[in-house]
Amino acid sequence: MHLLSKETNINFVGIRKIALAFSAVLILISAYSIVTNSLNFGIDFTGGTMIEVGYPQAVDLGEVRSILEQGGYGDALVQNFGSLTDVLIRLPVIESENMAEISNQVVALLQAEQTDAVEVRRVEFVGPQVGEELAEDGGLAMVYALIGILIYVALRFEYRFAIASVLALVHDVVITVGFFSFFRLDFDLTVLAAILAVIGYSLNDTIVVFDRIRESFLKMRKAEPLEVINTSINATLGRTIMTSMTTLLVVVALFVFGGEVIHAFATALLIGILVGTYSSIYIAGTAVLLMGVTKTDLMPPEIDEDGEVNPDGSQV
Amino acid sequence: MNRYPLWKNLLVVAVILTAIIYAMPNLFGDDPAVQVSAGRLNSVDLQLVNEIESSLKQAEIPYKGVVLEENRLLIRFSEANEQLEARELIQQKLSSEDYIVALNLAPNTPAWLQSLGAEPMNLGLDLRGGVHFLMEVDMDAVLKQTLESYASDIRILLRDKTIRYTQVNVENGVLTFGFREAADLDAAIDAIDREYNELVVAIDENAERPTVTINLNDTIVRETQNLALQQNITTLRNRINELGVAEPTVQQQGQDRIVVQLPGVQDTAQAKKILGATATLEFRLVDFESDVQDAVNGRVPANSELYYHRDGRPYLLNKRVMLTGEHVINAASTIDGQSGSPAVSVTLDGKGARIFSNITRDNIGNPMAVVFIESKVETQIIDGEEVSVRRQIPEIISVATIRDQLGKKFQITGLDSTTEARDLALLLRAGALAAPIDIVEERTVGPSLGQENIDQGFASVMIGFALVLVFMIVWYRLFGAVANLALAANLVLIVALLSMLQATLTMPGIAGIVLTVGMAVDANVLIFERIREELRLGNSPRASIDAGYSKAFSTIADANITTLIAAIVLFGFGTGTIKGFAITLTLGILTSMFTAIVGTRMVINLVYGRKQRPKLSI
Repeated sequence: MHLLSKETNINFVGIRKIALAFSAVLILISAYSIVTNSLNFGIDFTGGTMIEVGYPQAVDLGEVRSILEQGGYGDALVQNFGSLTDVLIRLPVIESENMAEISNQVVALLQAEQTDAVEVRRVEFVGPQVGEELAEDGGLAMVYALIGILIYVALRFEYRFAIASVLALVHDVVITVGFFSFFRLDFDLTVLAAILAVIGYSLNDTIVVFDRIRESFLKMRKAEPLEVINTSINATLGRTIMTSMTTLLVVVALFVFGGEVIHAFATALLIGILVGTYSSIYIAGTAVLLMGVTKTDLMPPEIDEDGEVNPDGSQV
Repeated sequence: MNRYPLWKNLLVVAVILTAIIYAMPNLFGDDPAVQVSAGRLNSVDLQLVNEIESSLKQAEIPYKGVVLEENRLLIRFSEANEQLEARELIQQKLSSEDYIVALNLAPNTPAWLQSLGAEPMNLGLDLRGGVHFLMEVDMDAVLKQTLESYASDIRILLRDKTIRYTQVNVENGVLTFGFREAADLDAAIDAIDREYNELVVAIDENAERPTVTINLNDTIVRETQNLALQQNITTLRNRINELGVAEPTVQQQGQDRIVVQLPGVQDTAQAKKILGATATLEFRLVDFESDVQDAVNGRVPANSELYYHRDGRPYLLNKRVMLTGEHVINAASTIDGQSGSPAVSVTLDGKGARIFSNITRDNIGNPMAVVFIESKVETQIIDGEEVSVRRQIPEIISVATIRDQLGKKFQITGLDSTTEARDLALLLRAGALAAPIDIVEERTVGPSLGQENIDQGFASVMIGFALVLVFMIVWYRLFGAVANLALAANLVLIVALLSMLQATLTMPGIAGIVLTVGMAVDANVLIFERIREELRLGNSPRASIDAGYSKAFSTIADANITTLIAAIVLFGFGTGTIKGFAITLTLGILTSMFTAIVGTRMVINLVYGRKQRPKLSI
């Protein structure tokens, strides 16, 4: 099929004002939501206890709640998980108790009330200190990943490309996190991992575009930067869309068939890949343009080993 | 020329064949099995195999086979209920002190694959079910213990040198000695400095009376803490062996934490109780001369302490501890011959037996109490901060009259149930922890969820894979089919590498594989789009193929290296499950570079390489 193999010539950079405005709105909504709504952090980060139990038949959540309330766990959050027979119980950090024991007490409570067997499917307990550490390490990981990428791109390309790519990445991360905040989705450790994967993925896309921009700058010596960037985005458009499609296909498979446990992870990937694809088409190239990259910046300095290289990389 | 030299073709074929062989063990599944491994003093040998086989035959439990490995024995069954019955039987037959009997899974890898060293992947706890604990050692307690032992040594030292001190205190990690005279203080500093150069001794300027503060130097602090950690790891290993877990992991993590993983364990309450218990035993004489009621009302005699029996009755016990649990070398649960109630028979070491026999000889006819001290952690809020507070809960479990001079062996009675007798015996046997530990993280996955995770993970890999296959063929036709071959080879390579490295596959790990399936075709997409572009420019098919591969290469490398950076950061940050994701993602990126570039080029060359002006199906 050759849907995209006709040479496209869409003026992506020409409509940069619209794209930038669109992104700005998304980022503002995300930032506003993150500031006011915060994130629905999972117990990985806040500490607490999470218990998933399976009942033989569909169970009334109100009943579960009242059993827990009578047992002294009034602040338990009870909801179905994936199916009507599965119940997820979440408890915050509770003071004055041996916290690691709570899950066993809760399970004992539920099993005492039920004649049929209540099956413990999953228990997660995270101490408040461990949660804090995970949140801190997670934030650091994100920063390290961005710095590592900044350095690599600066070495392989040019510092303005590095800044542009990191801008595009921050754009993707903020909007993905904003999505989780806006829709109050659970933000746990797997979501953080997914966002780091999105960073890798979205950058992959951006790099391919940049690689072409660099190549085109050297080829189209007379052209304006805007034209060069536009041509490059168009030239890589087929690939960008194809790869996003195949990746989206597998992530949708993961989302639909991967089960509840992997749901938040798949959601983060889904959103991240969509935003990442958009940003490598509309934002990354524009960012390079706004940084004022010209072809002299990209001339390989080692054409002639004896030639003098100016500080800006150009040669005389 | 679009042809690979022969060696390159052979290399690709060899790599893929090797991968297929090492990925194969994962196809055969596994059998439920009972694992018998030797305790400290024993070994598993053929004689044991014969014994077990004959008793299985006698009980008419069918089994598929027995495998004798270096220090363990695996008995395979076809059904899980046969496995459970057999464990029950074997457990009864073998004494729990000599052998550890546990449920396990035995892979069905054929012998010829085993002889090549091919093994199936390790499944993580989220796939096979089990418990993961992260435990933290209370390092403040370790320091306090160390300082307290220094305190008593220094007391003796000062007494020997006839230096008078007024008070001794261990508080906030500092040991202080108070003196009446400044001259005593100087002499004391001198003496302590000479005797213990590992201590940092200073004069407390703020104190009203002459006072020295004594600190441990940093090296000693580190050494002490490390020693405590190692001792705790040993104790935990012993306790886990007693619990009967097939393939437990006990590992240090960071400065003060220990990771414990128990695959297949379901009764987490029992596991927590045993692992976290810092229980110790004390044997004390009962002070029967003073009035207990007075003590309850607050007038406790100077040489006694008030304790409560678990049935609620108060007792006055001598302050002096006759003996502690550390002198116990063996303990086993039994039934008391006289009362028929559960009991623990205890064996003491030589020193313990001497002390015990001396004291009991002098106290025949007097009551003796066994005190069980458990320490519990509570979270309290102090000044808005969450603080963990440790509380010791002493409880008298039995009071008995000493009828005879007791020696090396004796019984503890007065226990509520056989379970309790078993737990107490286990704790006494497995030793005390060097320092209290808390569980700071728990992740438990039940067996049904584990199986569901495997099924769903497998389904998403396969469905994702199928979707990509269809998509690629529709889009790139023959070239797409070649890319699909590469993708299949890539999956085999990932599985083979995971199996060879014996890396642990987790649910996020499967997600990493799924993601790789989607992203691995990227290299081919880049190449194929380039080839199309070259063709559009009017280049010959052969030149287009060549240019497509060579021009796309640097792009592919750049794009993959940046993804690798993210994956490596993930790995460094990762806790267990996230690491699994990072590992499969990293392996997937590396293998896809090979299959998508070298592998597809080989096939394309074989298809088109010999033709002069082929018509490309792209």
